[in-house]
Amino acid sequence: MTIDFIQFTPWHSLFGGMLIGLSAALTIHGLGRIAGISGILGGLLKPVASPGFGWRLTFIAGLVAAPLTYSAFSTLPQTRIEAGWAALILAGLLVGFGSRLGSGCTSGHGVCGLSRLSLRSLVATLTFMATGFITTFVMQHLL
Amino acid sequence: MNLLFSFAIGLLFGIGLIISGMANPAKVIGFLDLAGLWNPSLVFVMGGAIAVGVVGFSLVRHKSRAWFGDAIQLPTVHHIDTHLVLGAALFGIGWGIAGICPGPALVLLGTGAGKGIVFVLAMLVGMLAFELWERISKRPH
Repeated sequence: MTIDFIQFTPWHSLFGGMLIGLSAALTIHGLGRIAGISGILGGLLKPVASPGFGWRLTFIAGLVAAPLTYSAFSTLPQTRIEAGWAALILAGLLVGFGSRLGSGCTSGHGVCGLSRLSLRSLVATLTFMATGFITTFVMQHLL
Repeated sequence: MNLLFSFAIGLLFGIGLIISGMANPAKVIGFLDLAGLWNPSLVFVMGGAIAVGVVGFSLVRHKSRAWFGDAIQLPTVHHIDTHLVLGAALFGIGWGIAGICPGPALVLLGTGAGKGIVFVLAMLVGMLAFELWERISKRPH
């Protein structure tokens, strides 16, 4: 294994991660809810307006407003999406359907679930990490 | 008041994603690509988030009401079933293709990037397909 030291940002990643953890902690203490993004977003798509429509919508609005807010204080770090359009659409469909079927994504299972020491979330996290590693290997080295 | 609070914590979550590098799909692929030039940054994102999260969730254990008066709703489902594993597996495949999960997708939408917008639209279609599938499968036969 070769480590990419040029792109490796341990301190920024640790600090950013702590802010994510802080947000998750404030969500459960303040609103009594789990900060799982797929669950918060998915709750907006229920046929019958689910309770908590308001907080879900404003939480999502906050997420979407983050880059604009960040750029008011500092230069926004570069982001790069390498996937082509067809791959991107397939990925989006799988992420949307899969995260709802599996009751969570990187935030709900990976951050909140593991923080609660939930076995169910550990199984989910290990599963999506495994298929993520395999898929990336296929995409980057076999296709 | 709680709407302002939820906007602020959503914003905080997004700022965390930006600073950590998690909102950059190329960086996420760098982490998922074990056979290439491996970028271990995401281990630090998860480590930092869980370190704070463990403290946060342990402090809430004996409380029943949140600050804004709502009941604290921790997940009540504990069993591991096919839906959980199959869903997580499909989600991981999608994550591995583009390096984007739901939180970063919404941040990318906020940057106005065309590919971010398309990803979010596809993700919403996937979520709506789940709602439809759930309604059909729950319908009495």
